[in-house]
Amino acid sequence: MFLLVVGSGRVGSSVATSALRAGHTVSVLDEDPLSHERLDVELGRSWEDAGGRFTIGTALELDALTEAGIEEADVFIASTNGDNTNLVVAQLAHRRFDVPKVIARVLDPRRAAWYAEQGLHTICPTQIAIEQLEKAALEIG
Amino acid sequence: MYVIIAGAGKVGWNLARELLERGDEVTVIEQDRRRYLTVEQELEHAVQYGDATELWVLERAGIQRADLVVAVTGDDEDNLLICQVAKEKYLCERIIARCNNPRNLTHFKLLGIQPAVSATDLILRLIEHEVPSYGLVHLLDLPEERLEIIELGVGHGCEAAGRRIGDLNLPQGALVISVLRDGSGFVPGADSVVEAGDEVLVVLDPGLEDVITRLFVANGTGA
Repeated sequence: MFLLVVGSGRVGSSVATSALRAGHTVSVLDEDPLSHERLDVELGRSWEDAGGRFTIGTALELDALTEAGIEEADVFIASTNGDNTNLVVAQLAHRRFDVPKVIARVLDPRRAAWYAEQGLHTICPTQIAIEQLEKAALEIG
Repeated sequence: MYVIIAGAGKVGWNLARELLERGDEVTVIEQDRRRYLTVEQELEHAVQYGDATELWVLERAGIQRADLVVAVTGDDEDNLLICQVAKEKYLCERIIARCNNPRNLTHFKLLGIQPAVSATDLILRLIEHEVPSYGLVHLLDLPEERLEIIELGVGHGCEAAGRRIGDLNLPQGALVISVLRDGSGFVPGADSVVEAGDEVLVVLDPGLEDVITRLFVANGTGA
């Protein structure tokens, strides 16, 4: 499979490196050239030597998305540190580029839920934290 | 009319002022605390502090009863999403979005956020208008209605110069609605003759620009 990961922070870089280790083709897009280092460190060797792709650019630039290979992507992951960027770029991937599987990380639980109702695959770390905290707290209580 | 304005920058603040003066009810939402405090000195209860991309902030501002939502923050993603939820979640009938980077206009269009206003794009068009060597100026685009009005300088030696409008073989879907000559304009008939140096206004279906340009502009260059 070909995965395109937009936003190479803690979450994006981890998903990217494990996908690469699992033998998938992985392309990463991030506006910060330094985020490339995170990939090298997590992988324990050079990202490119291991077969990974890396493009510097902003998520909403069509040229950057194309250069990163969005037209060939089977899976698109929006994992920048901004909910709004993730929601917009995920909709572009879905509606403009017809990527078969599009996943957006959205920290705001209410919007994650509403966009999920509209058919967008959202993952909300905040909601997961809320549920686990509630569960842990009640178990102790 | 009840108007919610997202973003109390120069555009949002001045817009709020004008609308309040007209007698409209306005709520401006600003997420920068310092900016909010500055604007609040003048607008008082008509400005609220918060991030307008959050649903509860929009609901607190009364988005359910808003007649118009205007998103004019400095961030295109924010403006896009504010208008998207206003339209699709809260079924607000009218939205207006500001597009800061004209390259993002295509995203607004794709997600059905119209109208999207780009100051950069407007200024670019005015620059084109001031520089007739560009040949063709878009005066009005109505993409939903599939209509546009363009202005063209009639080039020396072009196909149309010196001919009757009726003889121009304009394509179906194009009509010359006005001729500007020596500083004044007239509405032409089929017998009116187009002269080099004229400026013509043409209403047309999108996609016909190339055909029209070939008729009025010599050698594909400007007038």
